[in-house]
Amino acid sequence: MAEFFHMGGYAVFVWASYGAALVLMAGLVIVSLSEYRRSKKLVDKFETAEGGRPRRAAMPMSQSVSGADADGSNP
Amino acid sequence: MTPMSLPTTSQKLQAFANPARFMALSGKLLPIAALAAAGLLGTGLYLALFASPPDYQQGETVRIMYVHVPSAWLAMLGYCLIALASAVSLIFRHPLADVAGRAAAPVGASFTALALVTGSLWGQPMWGSWWEWDARLTSVLILFFLYLGYMALWSTLEEPQRAGRAAAVLALVGSINIPIIHYSVEWWNTMHQPASVLRMDGPAIHPSMLVPLLIMALGFTAFFAALVLLRMRTEILRRRLRVLLLARAEA
Repeated sequence: MAEFFHMGGYAVFVWASYGAALVLMAGLVIVSLSEYRRSKKLVDKFETAEGGRPRRAAMPMSQSVSGADADGSNP
Repeated sequence: MTPMSLPTTSQKLQAFANPARFMALSGKLLPIAALAAAGLLGTGLYLALFASPPDYQQGETVRIMYVHVPSAWLAMLGYCLIALASAVSLIFRHPLADVAGRAAAPVGASFTALALVTGSLWGQPMWGSWWEWDARLTSVLILFFLYLGYMALWSTLEEPQRAGRAAAVLALVGSINIPIIHYSVEWWNTMHQPASVLRMDGPAIHPSMLVPLLIMALGFTAFFAALVLLRMRTEILRRRLRVLLLARAEA
């Protein structure tokens, strides 16, 4: 196992590469998800405030959006 | 049946212009892409770190290839997508094209940065240098700045239509850099090794390394697709919010 982490003496370079990829990809997911949730919340709040979602028939975004929110972020 | 009854290209494109239809379709595709990314990246990571051999010349550093090459591919793919979206936006005035370009840019820029960083981490032990001002490295650095310029135009111009047009023109002018990046290793003397997968005589890389590389590349691509779909949905919601806010301001 120690040999595996040693990477033939190139541990710093190999693990820094994989670490950079992990940090960057995780960061992209976290930022993109939080931006999506914020926008979703604002649009929902607005459309409820307008009363009875008058444009729902024209732009049924909310119904398709809830289908993608399998993570349970939707109330 | 007459040919007249067939929809034209423009009509077919218009069918996808409806944001509601895109939201419904992307809502179905997004979980599929995310699951594919998780499965492929998990498998690819195992193959890249455990089940593939060290290189006879480069030793264990060859494992950097499995994140470096897919990142570089996505850097190119992301820019090609933006250039294509820009052309569609300028020619057909297709509203989703702008949305796609804007959503893809930060993702493409991130993978360009990752390609540069992992390349540097590979260059230091193998070439003895973190950075060389050679054709391949310099043209990829320019690609990174093109992404930043594209994103800057989107965020500085307030009105989406004007911002989209300016950004699209920049993206199309900058697309000249894509063939330059690809052929840079052939046209100029460079430290960078030539293409070993996408070449005329077939891949010049052993299957024990080619298979992990392709699986990682597919995983990165699925990850990219899922992220761009998610960011497109966010962008559509933001535009919807903008319309709602403008309507309220007028009322």
